[in-house]
Amino acid sequence: MSVKALYQYSAEPRDLQANFNGMQLVYLYWPNHLLFCSPFAFLASPEMSMGEFCEQVVRPAIAAHPQAAGLDFGQAQWQLNNQPFSPDPALSLAQNGVAHKALLTLRVPGLDGIAGGAI
Amino acid sequence: MATKNKKLSLKDKYQYLTRDMAWEPSYQKKEDIFPYERFEGIKITDWDKWEDPFRLTMDAYWKYQAEKEKKLYAIFDAFAQNNGHQNISDARYVNALKLFLTGVSPLEYGAFQGYAKVGRHFSGAGARVACQMQSIDELRHVQTQLHAMSHYNKHFNGLHDFAHMHDRVWFLSVPKSFFDDARSAGPFEFLTAISFSFEYVLTNLLFVPFMSGAAYNGDMATVTFGFSAQSDEARHMTLGLEVIKFMLEQHEDNVPIVQHWIDKWFWRGYRLLSLVSMMMDYMLPNKVMSWKDAWEVYYEQNGGALFKDLERYGIRPPKYQDVANDGKNHISHQLWSTFYQYSHATNFHTWLPSAAEMDWLSEQYPDTFDKYYRPRFEHWQKMQDKGERFYNNTLPQLCQVCQVPTLFTEHGDPTQLSLRTLEHEGERYHFCSDGCCDIFKYEPEKYIQSWLPVHQIYQGNCEGADVETVVSKYYHINIGQDNFDYVGSPDHQRWQAIKGNRPLGGDDDSRDAA
Repeated sequence: MSVKALYQYSAEPRDLQANFNGMQLVYLYWPNHLLFCSPFAFLASPEMSMGEFCEQVVRPAIAAHPQAAGLDFGQAQWQLNNQPFSPDPALSLAQNGVAHKALLTLRVPGLDGIAGGAI
Repeated sequence: MATKNKKLSLKDKYQYLTRDMAWEPSYQKKEDIFPYERFEGIKITDWDKWEDPFRLTMDAYWKYQAEKEKKLYAIFDAFAQNNGHQNISDARYVNALKLFLTGVSPLEYGAFQGYAKVGRHFSGAGARVACQMQSIDELRHVQTQLHAMSHYNKHFNGLHDFAHMHDRVWFLSVPKSFFDDARSAGPFEFLTAISFSFEYVLTNLLFVPFMSGAAYNGDMATVTFGFSAQSDEARHMTLGLEVIKFMLEQHEDNVPIVQHWIDKWFWRGYRLLSLVSMMMDYMLPNKVMSWKDAWEVYYEQNGGALFKDLERYGIRPPKYQDVANDGKNHISHQLWSTFYQYSHATNFHTWLPSAAEMDWLSEQYPDTFDKYYRPRFEHWQKMQDKGERFYNNTLPQLCQVCQVPTLFTEHGDPTQLSLRTLEHEGERYHFCSDGCCDIFKYEPEKYIQSWLPVHQIYQGNCEGADVETVVSKYYHINIGQDNFDYVGSPDHQRWQAIKGNRPLGGDDDSRDAA
């Protein structure tokens, strides 16, 4: 469907990657860890390696969770926009196919949240 | 009409006011005078079938409203002179007013503008007059609300710049975008959105909790405002029902259009009211009723009867009503958890529920609170006891449509977040629910323009790259005054002083004593 209007209605998306000054958005969801109310929204460089993204961006964001301390990103089972995903930590976000506004889902075996996912 | 009878009956007066002040245009085409009446696809065959919902003439209106104002302002004056703010249940209550002032009062102003606009654009004189009168009501409401709450601004923080905040603060984009969505639609959709879905179906979930909450917590100024607005609200509800029935009776082609609008605006209203859910369950020191009970009475029972009544027009209850009914057990806890962790970026305080409050929540929510939410609050309490009060320092993902962080859980699985995503013309978008995703799919060009506060910060449009700068410079939230936890805040300390208790340090947890 499209907007009903008295004129030819068209609009630009407000959040095109070009509007982020060379950066991009990446969202990250860590299921069963509802201490954090929703997925995180990160600003990251597309040139950043996946490994750097995990250690420099994701790790500080989740640090307040008791299960974050020993988390080994090497064990992670990732999803990219709800599809299975095996990123290469040495390659950049862009090279790994993590495009602007992609949703990453992080699952690490054994780290299933506390109190059945309440925390 | 008999000429020797000087006094007109109310019916005659109203006839003069509406139909007899309208005329058939002679040298301009009706379509040119009322250009917005047809593009939405609503077919009106006979405006004379419009049943006037108000039947109130201007002289009666002025007289009636003036009497109400006189009483209202006498009570405001008495409240101020007697330092009425000292008699409320607890200063935590004032945070509900901060949310109302920044989130709801500007919507009253938006309603004033919206009704003034559509009150110009119907070719039916009866509908025009009804909308113009409601427009005046709405302007009165925003004014009386501001006056009722201005007294609190002298004694508590966070109330100082509501209009500025409404336009900028991240969570206030939820009510703001709701109303902007309605006001940028055509006149019939606007009335379905605001008069029907909001004023008729959902308004009791906003005003009853707020006004009863005020009464239960000793806020006589707000209670009086509520009473003063009540007779207006009754008229507005009548308009809401009339406009729906009128559209449905005029032409069968209107039915699917109206059904779509009901689905859309039920869902948008439900998401907006999630803010009220946390107010009821967490922000009122003296609770009125739980959000769950309110939902059951005001939506499931009253709304159920209404939609049964509309069945004969071919209208069914709103889509995703089952998801909303399931959500009654969850959303207040999820919202409060969210505001608790982002309290460094709000103009009001948050706090952890006391042990007694958590027991009340367990009783009210026997199937969900102890299982899914109590452990989280107890965990945060332990952190707070260690001096590590939890704040989430990363910005949240927002829903492209309702603009609430994507914090709601799946229908039937409260441990998994309800996340939806799609690509539209090469761009990816994210949603909190099927309800919001459907709204996007129906009019994608509208919602690709959403001004999402998180993305605006990241684009560099909010005067700073870090949360502290955005909050202080762009939002005008006074750091350390308006935001952070209630315990130890200046509001808390002032309240302790008013009550003659010892002043508090930041790490002293005396919520139970407060």
